[in-house]
Amino acid sequence: MSGAMQDFATHPTDWLVILPVVLALLGGAVLLMLREAREAQFWLALGVVAVIVVSDIALALRVSEAGPVAMTMGRWLPPFGISFVADLTGAVFALAAAGVTLLLLVYLRMDMPDRARRDGVYPLVLLLLAGVSGSFLTGDLFNLYVWFEVMLISSFGLMVLGGRNIQLDGTVKYGFLNFLATTFFLAALGLLYGTLGTLNMADIVGRAGAGNPAVLASIAALLLLAFGMKAAAFPVNAWLPASYHAPPPAISALMAGLLTKVGVYALLRALVMLLPASREILEPVLALVAIGTLLLGPLGAIAETNLRRALGFLVIGGIGATIAGAALGNAAGLAGSATYVLHAMLTITGLYLVAGLLETMTGETDTRRMGGIYAAASLPSLLFFVLMLAVAGVPPFLGFWPKLLLVQGGIEAWGFGGDGWALALWIAVLGNALLTLIAVSRLWAHIFWRAGHEGAVTEAPNPDLKPLAPRVRRLGLGTAGVLTFVVLALGLWPEPLLGFGRDAAAGLLQPANYVVATGLAGAAP
Amino acid sequence: MDHVIAALSGVFFTAAIYLLLSRALIRMLLGMVLLGNAVNLLILVAGRLGRIVPPIALDGAKAPLEGAANPLPQALILTAIVIGFAMFAFLLVLAYRAYQSLEADDTDRMRITEPRGGPKPPMSY
Repeated sequence: MSGAMQDFATHPTDWLVILPVVLALLGGAVLLMLREAREAQFWLALGVVAVIVVSDIALALRVSEAGPVAMTMGRWLPPFGISFVADLTGAVFALAAAGVTLLLLVYLRMDMPDRARRDGVYPLVLLLLAGVSGSFLTGDLFNLYVWFEVMLISSFGLMVLGGRNIQLDGTVKYGFLNFLATTFFLAALGLLYGTLGTLNMADIVGRAGAGNPAVLASIAALLLLAFGMKAAAFPVNAWLPASYHAPPPAISALMAGLLTKVGVYALLRALVMLLPASREILEPVLALVAIGTLLLGPLGAIAETNLRRALGFLVIGGIGATIAGAALGNAAGLAGSATYVLHAMLTITGLYLVAGLLETMTGETDTRRMGGIYAAASLPSLLFFVLMLAVAGVPPFLGFWPKLLLVQGGIEAWGFGGDGWALALWIAVLGNALLTLIAVSRLWAHIFWRAGHEGAVTEAPNPDLKPLAPRVRRLGLGTAGVLTFVVLALGLWPEPLLGFGRDAAAGLLQPANYVVATGLAGAAP
Repeated sequence: MDHVIAALSGVFFTAAIYLLLSRALIRMLLGMVLLGNAVNLLILVAGRLGRIVPPIALDGAKAPLEGAANPLPQALILTAIVIGFAMFAFLLVLAYRAYQSLEADDTDRMRITEPRGGPKPPMSY
């Protein structure tokens, strides 16, 4: 047993792996103590998240050069100690999450009523980021459950902050169903521990081959249900359109951008990397879920009149695309999934930010009573136009590249006459692109082109529009503009994105480097 | 013993799911508590019962006593209990607050986010 203990200190540079989580947790705690000093709270939160972004960049650079990095807590060697492992997928997702949070903090400054600030919106945002970063970087399944709960309780707080009736209503549905999902996840963990005797991800990779395939497939099905609920996949998606439009736009943006993506990440990690044999057994189920989600999302958005609820349905459609990659399971498909998650984090957050500005201008949440913004304000219109083409996947915008990879993966797996599911999947991805384009162009026509309210036959400009205050222009349009610029730049120069997708897929399909980095290669089973 | 606890966990799951299917928030909350306990029992059984030697390594020894119980499920369950309790406390307060503000503990009457018979899809374009 002497081999179970580590007799040297962790190398200081390896602390980089846990730095994003530690900083966010510490920052959240300090901010809670500073709740009287609201101005200082904002600047401190901004500083902490900026340092997290820098450390995530350093981590992503290091991982892309040297492969996965690991750190194990408390001198116990893996699989006994709890490991944090950053591979390329986790590190880049954590970077995107921190970057989006940084912009959202600035947007929050203009968007939140003073009451929410008093009640601690900044500490909750930091704790949410801690949960999200922890989920992306952890190398232990039970630890992943803990980070899920950290994320969940902070998102409950954020969603209900302000206490309007619609928020209470939305949080009840969001709270119960997400708590239920994590409880299912915990049950699956218990069963997995009982079967394989370990919860360390790298250790599971080594042992899953020896497990009973039927038992492991049942566990994988339970994991699929739990992560599917968290990601709002069809048919367990009902909570998302019932809750995401309830809080103020900045909070909606934070949740839509980060939370469902963590569910997708966990799904990819568990099914593709940890239990690949079970994924193959569950392939038809995954394909059905993906096709249902791909088509239901944009159809819901077409039928919806509440702007942010319509965007919520577009979030669901994107989740379908990411699950399609998991259902295909080949390199191109998984690269599509990984890049789609990144694209959705940026694009969807941007759309919600612009939606918040539109709601401020019109004083409405209903698209039937918006209108005429194109004539009144060109800059928000431009931002929305770029983002809506990105989310629909029109080339050369960002959303095109993940969908291209998914279609490529689908055609490869189909092989002109082989796998029928793959054929259905890539056709569904194309159908999703078309339906999403219809949904967003209707939003465009209703909100921007139509001069007045629904049914108004007039060419006169909409008299109800309020121009944005200078502060809102500076902070709100500024953050949305930066995000849109990133989306535009990544779409026009997709080489880094595609390279990331290729390497992320390779890392998920051949986790040998991940296992070596954790320190479990060649260990006796 | 394993079989008895496993069966008990199954009974808990059944009762919890029955309660969760209710529309009353309080019943759903009780269902969540039961579900949490069902999962805790499941983890306990998954770690195998039946050993009574405490998992302690004696002074100077690097391994625990022969035939020691498995301490890991207990650590997992402790964590899960703490987290579950916090979640339950939050949801209880939320349900009470919703009861005060929305005057409903029936989910069928909580329709602010998704109004019943909501607007028809926009027909233009």
